[in-house]
Amino acid sequence: MFAIVGTVPDQDFPLAVGEVLLVNGVIRIEGKSVPVNRGTPALLAAAIKTCEVLDQPAPFGYVVGDIGRGDGSRRLYEYLTRNLGKCDPQSKSGSGLNAITFHYLQPDVDWHNRVLFAVEEMAKRPVLIADAGFMYAAKMSGQSSEYDLFTPDAGELAFLADEEAPHPFYTRGFILHEENRVPKLISRAYTNGNAARYLLVKGKKDFVANCNGIQATIDSPLEEAMEAIGGAGDTLTGIIAALIEAGIGVKEAAIVAARVNRLAGHYAKPTPATQVMEIIQHIPKALEEILNENGGIREKTFA
Amino acid sequence: MSFLNIFKRKESKASSGRQNSDRGILVFENTSEVIRAESVLDEEGWKIRVMGPPPEIRSGCDLVIEIPLIEELNILRTLEKAGVQPLEMVPVSSPLLQPVNLFQNKDFGKYVMIRAANMKLTVDKETMKIVNISGGGCPDVPYLAQEMVGKSLSEAPSPREIGHTLCGYALQLAYEETVRKCSL
Repeated sequence: MFAIVGTVPDQDFPLAVGEVLLVNGVIRIEGKSVPVNRGTPALLAAAIKTCEVLDQPAPFGYVVGDIGRGDGSRRLYEYLTRNLGKCDPQSKSGSGLNAITFHYLQPDVDWHNRVLFAVEEMAKRPVLIADAGFMYAAKMSGQSSEYDLFTPDAGELAFLADEEAPHPFYTRGFILHEENRVPKLISRAYTNGNAARYLLVKGKKDFVANCNGIQATIDSPLEEAMEAIGGAGDTLTGIIAALIEAGIGVKEAAIVAARVNRLAGHYAKPTPATQVMEIIQHIPKALEEILNENGGIREKTFA
Repeated sequence: MSFLNIFKRKESKASSGRQNSDRGILVFENTSEVIRAESVLDEEGWKIRVMGPPPEIRSGCDLVIEIPLIEELNILRTLEKAGVQPLEMVPVSSPLLQPVNLFQNKDFGKYVMIRAANMKLTVDKETMKIVNISGGGCPDVPYLAQEMVGKSLSEAPSPREIGHTLCGYALQLAYEETVRKCSL
């Protein structure tokens, strides 16, 4: 079982914990619904589509409404600190989890640290993925190396590379200007201890890297419009999470997911006005194609 | 380098030192309060700057307002009248973090995308409709997108009105830059 932790843009959405479904383009959890526009619902939808192809159970969601005031995030943080270390997955806890992806949450270093303590108390340490606001908090806490994967875009990579910035909003100009020099920024992020075990840097060209340098680049098919589409990076993180649940290693999951996300985007024939659900619908076809190509990846990956 | 240039550089360094010693920061409960206070103080004509807090008071998603210390009481009175009061006032003793002030534009032909920090806003150049919002990681980003996408720049609420975080504030900068560019 793998978990996805995040928020939805509805102030009245209660804290919901359980299996997540995708029904007619709408995310459902514990009888509550939320449309898939971008953010955590897009990540969940992409993960579910990936699970369908892989014939594995849908993700376990820890979801709450938060429109930026941080109240929902704090309730969710508190829930996680009380429940992640418990033993029985049926009791809505986390100890049966193989992987946890932390996503759109109000960045808060104190709560981040408490959640990480709760993870450390789990009987089996899950693969830890952080993206969006929780990745910001992880970096600011100085504990990036506790994570297995961060999935920044180029701007967020500049923030990781800037040892002084507590949020991408404060990334110093001389570092932002380095955007076209992703390898240098990756190296700087690792030098300063502000990167996870692996980085997947999303962009015109996707980079998979670790502390030894760039391990892979993925640059086709290229759809320039993808950068403008809200949620197009969230889907990538969702695909990775589901692939890791299938038993694939972090590095290979990142590479396969980057290819699948790009291909799904390509099939959607996107313009800058395309909405992310149009891309998500093409994930199964793209995933099938990549898993079956050369008659091999599926067998090699899941052997 | 000419003598004049050397002189100018020295003068600027000295003035920035003076600036630090006579300025303080107002710390608020959350970013929404900062945004409200900034609007109030801007409207009243106060010379203030929204900045990043010093390390000792950072929690993760923060802004503070830098003010001239000499005007502290007047500024606090203005804020009190508007019903938005800071938690505390702290004298500035070290350089504050500057918010990003770089914008990047990407022209897609029919559409243009403006990026400020980690936030990107894309509009249809003919209809001025906001067609997408991407980037960011704070929980108000999906909310802002939900409220703004599909509306024209003139109809959509501004991130300043409904945003709450640094990502919301960055989107406000992208929004202002888009409005500025589209009105040229």
